[in-house]
Amino acid sequence: MRAATLRLGERDLWRGLDLDVAPGEFLAVLGPNGGGKTSLLKVLLGLYRLTEGSVEVCGRRPRRGSDLVGYVPQQKAFEPDAPLRGRDLVRLGLDGHRWGIGLGGRDTRRRVDDAIAAVGAAGYADAPLGLLSGGEQQRLRIAQALLGDPRVLLCDEPLLSLDLHHQQATSELIDRRRRESGTSVLFVTHEINPVLPMVDRVLYLVGTKWAIGTPDEVLRSERLSELYGTHIDVLRVHGRVVVVGAPDAPHGEGAHHHHERDDDHELEHADGTGRGSSWV
Amino acid sequence: MGLIDYLRLAAVQHALVAATLVAVISGLIGPFVITRRAAFAVHGVAELSFTGAVAGLVWANNAVLGALLGSLVVAGAIATLGVRQSERDAAIGVTLAFGLGVGVYLLAHYHRNASAATSILFGQILGVSTGQIVLLSIVAAGVLAAVAFLYRPLLFASVDPEVAEARGVPVRLLGLAFLVVLALTVTEAAQIVGTLLVLSLAITPAAAAHRLSARPSLVAGLSIAFALLASDGGVLASLTAPDVKTSVFITTFSFAIYVLARLAGTRLRRGRRAAPED
Repeated sequence: MRAATLRLGERDLWRGLDLDVAPGEFLAVLGPNGGGKTSLLKVLLGLYRLTEGSVEVCGRRPRRGSDLVGYVPQQKAFEPDAPLRGRDLVRLGLDGHRWGIGLGGRDTRRRVDDAIAAVGAAGYADAPLGLLSGGEQQRLRIAQALLGDPRVLLCDEPLLSLDLHHQQATSELIDRRRRESGTSVLFVTHEINPVLPMVDRVLYLVGTKWAIGTPDEVLRSERLSELYGTHIDVLRVHGRVVVVGAPDAPHGEGAHHHHERDDDHELEHADGTGRGSSWV
Repeated sequence: MGLIDYLRLAAVQHALVAATLVAVISGLIGPFVITRRAAFAVHGVAELSFTGAVAGLVWANNAVLGALLGSLVVAGAIATLGVRQSERDAAIGVTLAFGLGVGVYLLAHYHRNASAATSILFGQILGVSTGQIVLLSIVAAGVLAAVAFLYRPLLFASVDPEVAEARGVPVRLLGLAFLVVLALTVTEAAQIVGTLLVLSLAITPAAAAHRLSARPSLVAGLSIAFALLASDGGVLASLTAPDVKTSVFITTFSFAIYVLARLAGTRLRRGRRAAPED
């Protein structure tokens, strides 16, 4: 991305963003709600156009439905009576966007089986999706996203509402993939700690400002205070990062609470599962 | 007359062909209706096919043609008023209320055949003409072709809209296309079981199928099979009891299948839940 600006309605989400992600790199995207993290992914998915600047994925402009990009959404439980099995969800990642009934040959079946085995979901892939736990569903989501063999994997809060054990398992799957296949990972999260050991660099978006660098460069009191325009403390507790004093939305960027109904405090918190408000 | 003698009658043959056509397309779209939570849309479109049918009677003396054209107008109105998912039900309610008012007004201007109106509401399966069969067949073939073409992306957009959009599936456009297909199907079904009882073919068989399987192809197959069983079974049963309307049998069979599927499905799911480890 070069000098990229995205404006939605009257508001600039970020301005003059320069971003290069290397093959196999794990980039965490952090920042408060309404800071444009999800919108960044949507630009890379070809769903939003940049207002200014340029963006390329593997040398090409992002295009809707590109096989170069895989997408793992927030964990959102399926209805118990969802009319599909785990394997059907995975298969939609391969050919769900194509027209027709698609009977699917032996090759389709083999690729789906391989993708399911790669995330260790073979034991429950034939069970109704709605009866699986959040962690199991998220594993299948990753299999679904990796089925097209993407060069870039975009993850939007994939750990949200998972327990600690499943957070770890999910992020390890993603980490292994980028090491083995050189897939770049953009990982939007408000919880840096579960993925801190894997993260190469951090992109921190606050209002229209942004900072990029290794976690040690960006997650420092001076750097974040500068971004937020108010005093922020970054503490290191037992190898975990705790940000104290970050307002839940940046000041001076106009009223935009209506963009995000979720007004939870967006902090990296020490316990990995609790809500950030206790640190404000 | 025995059953075999009845089957030689053109009216009975027509009724069976019509019942079969309607069962296949209703059973096919049923699973999508449930996944997309569009039951109210089915009800709204069905009731409004009354208005279309009366308009057809008044202007062209052709209820089926009027209902089919009217259903396209209704699909357009619902899509225009209810762009966002959250507005959809309100849009259907608004369209439904006004449309029925128009229907009542039109009915006041139709004096030729008083029983025509009750036929629209409760079904007129034994009075289907050859011309209507041809029209029903053409529309059914169109619906089948459309659903076959849209099948995979429609399934994707129905169960997993967020990821489907990220994969380049035109989710909004599919929503509109589905509404048109649904409107045509429901209107056809309304010709057979009547506008008030459409849900028994467009929802009940699919709801029963959902209890029994989570495999999309099997759910679709079962849903069609159940719809056929209720629809054709209802026509045949009504031959043995001429003073009971066909739709009574269709709705009863359909409901019985659902109750049985629920009983069987509860046991099935309990067994499944034990299987996957957490």
